[in-house]
Amino acid sequence: MTARVLGLLGILGFLVTWEVAALSGAVSRTYLPTASTTLLRLGRELTTPDFWVTLGDTVITWSAGLGIAVVAAIALGTVVGLVPFLQKATHSSVEFLRPIPSVAIIPLAVLVAGLSREAALMVVVYAPFWQVFVQVLHGVADVDPVAQDTARSYGLGRLDRLRHLVLPTALPYVITGFRLAASVALVLTITAELVIGNPGLGRQIELYRSAPDAPGLYALVLVTGGLGIVVNLATRMVERRLLRWHPSVRREEAL
Amino acid sequence: MRRIRLRPVLGALRTLGYAAGLPALALLAWALATDRSASLYFPPPATIADAFVETWFGPAFTEDVLPSLGRFAAGVLLSMVIGIVAGTAIGTTRWLRDLLEPMLEFFRAVPPVVLVPVLMLMLGVGDTMRIAVIVSGCVWPVLLNTVEGVRGVDTVLTETSRSYRVRGGLSLRYVVLPAASPQIMAGIRLCLSIGLILMVISEMFASSSGLGYRIVYFQRSFMIAQMWSGIVLLGLVGVAVAGLYGIAERRVLHWYHGMREVARG
Repeated sequence: MTARVLGLLGILGFLVTWEVAALSGAVSRTYLPTASTTLLRLGRELTTPDFWVTLGDTVITWSAGLGIAVVAAIALGTVVGLVPFLQKATHSSVEFLRPIPSVAIIPLAVLVAGLSREAALMVVVYAPFWQVFVQVLHGVADVDPVAQDTARSYGLGRLDRLRHLVLPTALPYVITGFRLAASVALVLTITAELVIGNPGLGRQIELYRSAPDAPGLYALVLVTGGLGIVVNLATRMVERRLLRWHPSVRREEAL
Repeated sequence: MRRIRLRPVLGALRTLGYAAGLPALALLAWALATDRSASLYFPPPATIADAFVETWFGPAFTEDVLPSLGRFAAGVLLSMVIGIVAGTAIGTTRWLRDLLEPMLEFFRAVPPVVLVPVLMLMLGVGDTMRIAVIVSGCVWPVLLNTVEGVRGVDTVLTETSRSYRVRGGLSLRYVVLPAASPQIMAGIRLCLSIGLILMVISEMFASSSGLGYRIVYFQRSFMIAQMWSGIVLLGLVGVAVAGLYGIAERRVLHWYHGMREVARG
């Protein structure tokens, strides 16, 4: 209860500090609008259809990129994770490809696909793919050997073992990867829009910057933060639903 | 006799085969695929290798690569210091944590790249702005992980040390920070990869030097092999940073990994 009040006070304090800092004129008002101007502008943005179209563009690119990355990573990760030879043979390549910053491929994507959503998708898919892929590998490797032997001696076939043994073991890992991937994909979606210029919040932010329309710029920054929080909350909810049976979630509910 | 001597050699060969096999095959496939077709966007690997040596083993190394890496290092170090100091303060003080938590969650959720335009407006274009961009994105994972880590210290540990009168700086140095270090290191790992992205982005936007600027410049002037060499260099930097982190993590957390091994039996 008091935590919530203090939290609200914190938000209020931040807004007041922002207002005072802007009014003091330490930074020119054209570059740092006051908190009240920005919030009013945000309210106005929310009533225009253009804003919702822009937001929709971002959400479509984000979900398409995340979807491709997750599906591909689960499919490839399961195959590679279950075959020891493949795992050994791909290990060095994975360790090399994974840390390559995804923004490095922006120029290549632009050359190949032009200033389009496809180019943005190449950038958005790259990093989240590795995040989920590595988690799938860990998850598949974590299957309890005793359970594995038990299942085999009870005559469970390959598919049954995949369904009743590998999937439940790997699921928590996959969901963790998915949660990280969702927020990374959002960051990359907006980055791509900002740099490549495909339609979406990122491009609108760049347009407001070059206008320059500072209140619009700050309002949209607040929107991206809100979007990030929504993504966090939503993925956490998915995690809870899919892992209802898992001890880590059940314990949380008991407390 | 001979078999015993041969075995380690064979083992080493097998490890090498596994490590180098796929990359070698991929390079070969690339070379074969690009040899016949005169694809504009995908030059053969030999051309890229030539461009790599020609482009980066020259003045570009001191003009573009070193300044970029310098800004990256400055931004990341600053983020680590700010994140750990502020995170420890917030994590150990309950009311401060309650006060700031919602704001911090919000700042963490803001995609760090959108702060590039904001900071460009406020600070103008320059090294200060580029380092500020890196810090503004990198500080949150370190800070929030430190808060979590400091808060999650085992209560038996804190109570025992308190009853032995281990307090203040002593307690921070020998109890709180070591106990929080696995979490802090996880934050630093995120900080490094975000930092690299922001280093590139800040240069793609507003710069006349640096790795990010160079790569975009090559792309816009259709110097395709040079552009590819830049992508390769960025990849190598990413791998090197990840490798350095791995070494540092093993040194800082060797006790922790040892403990986990024992716990697993």
